[in-house]
Amino acid sequence: MARKKIGKQTVKLQQPPSIVSTASTVGPKEGKGPLSHYFDIILTDDLYGENSWELAESKMLRETIRAAIQRADKNIVDIEYLLSGDLLNQLMAASFAARDLDIPFFGLYGACSTMSESLSLGAMLIDGGYANHVAAATSSHFSSAERQFRFPLELGNQRPLTAQWTVTGAGAAILAARGDGPYISHVTTGKVIDLGIKDANNMGAAMAPAAANTMVAHFEDTGFMPEDYDLIATGDLGAIGKEIAEEIVFDKGYNISKVFNDCGLLIFDNRVQDTHAGGSGCGCSASVFCGYIYKEMMEGRLNKVLLISTGALLSSTSALQGQSIPCIAHAVTITNILKH
Amino acid sequence: MQNKKIQRINKQMEYNAYVKQKIPKPNYIKNCFWAFIVGGGISAVGQGIHNIFKETGFNREDAATITAIILIFFGAFLTGLGVYDRIGKSAGAGSIVPITGFANSIVSPAMEFKREGFIFGVGGKMFALAGPVLVYGFSSSVIVGLLYYFFRR
Repeated sequence: MARKKIGKQTVKLQQPPSIVSTASTVGPKEGKGPLSHYFDIILTDDLYGENSWELAESKMLRETIRAAIQRADKNIVDIEYLLSGDLLNQLMAASFAARDLDIPFFGLYGACSTMSESLSLGAMLIDGGYANHVAAATSSHFSSAERQFRFPLELGNQRPLTAQWTVTGAGAAILAARGDGPYISHVTTGKVIDLGIKDANNMGAAMAPAAANTMVAHFEDTGFMPEDYDLIATGDLGAIGKEIAEEIVFDKGYNISKVFNDCGLLIFDNRVQDTHAGGSGCGCSASVFCGYIYKEMMEGRLNKVLLISTGALLSSTSALQGQSIPCIAHAVTITNILKH
Repeated sequence: MQNKKIQRINKQMEYNAYVKQKIPKPNYIKNCFWAFIVGGGISAVGQGIHNIFKETGFNREDAATITAIILIFFGAFLTGLGVYDRIGKSAGAGSIVPITGFANSIVSPAMEFKREGFIFGVGGKMFALAGPVLVYGFSSSVIVGLLYYFFRR
């Protein structure tokens, strides 16, 4: 009997795990953005003293996980599982970070949805009684993502206005069976949705239906209304995707406009920083959640947040083969107050 | 089954049309202006170099070859300095179409993949972008050559 399951896609955690600490690292460009004072480490050099972008990303992830563990007053040996992922082939950043960390490791690929995916699974592991301490962490790096999915950095091409800017950043959260909050109370797992968008320079529009689908499923399963939340934050829909998601959810009977925002819009000042439609990448929702949202929750300025990281599950092969972009979004409810 | 598939395709077409009207329009006038200035500028510099070499006694063909070599050098050099991508951001086709853009499309992957070694990195990836241009450029020149050989002689 699945006692903790409510509705079609949602799990209500019976003993909600607490997020006892977070840490975030961002690159120089993100460090000049509007959220700069929320981030723990701001790199001055986006190679981070390494020989390649991929190794720099891996180091960023590793050091962010270490910082989060230290903040929780724990040692590496206390962490029973590391759930982590990134955007690179074969999860290079996460696997190489795990190589140095000596923590049992599950590598996750959910494209940019990996932050809420790792929080979801981490919370379920703890509530299921399989662990006391779990680390959930993800990263992305502008330069490693560009070479994986797009063009060489020095190529003189023009980016369309719908394009987004991959965030150089990492976020790590330590979940514990006991703690004073904020707590993960609900997990809504998304389905893969594809409405036929093929333009890899318009990810926001491709991902918006997935985000809307998960959001509506969450409201229906839990009975929560948009007003119950202080903030509903999608991962990286950007300006165009955010508008579309809001409209689709409105058509389904939920008005989220008052509490809805997008991590990709929070992290950059699009007009000044020339980031077109906004930030994207695993590191976007990871650093915004672990930096801005978590700290605002600790200060009590936000008390209940729905984090919906959104991922575009394309590959460079699928794009060349003319396939449209399948997308996914996972939602987690993070709350300071537990109702019994 | 068939019906469901048709329904899905209809839904996708409907969504694509809906997304299309959400996409912001680029500033065509500004883009055309910069493409014209930069593209025209590069061409004018090329013509200047060509004229200088013709004045100094080279024939037309040699002067053209020397001009191409010099422009390719500057395209590669500015790519190496990290300037060409910034020019390209405003100029668009204005800096892609001239021969300097071709140099940029070869040098930029070569730089990018240096970390994967000189054989499979630089060597293997150097023509990743320029390769298609070369393949179809050579192929069409062969076809045109054959047509010329058989019909015009």
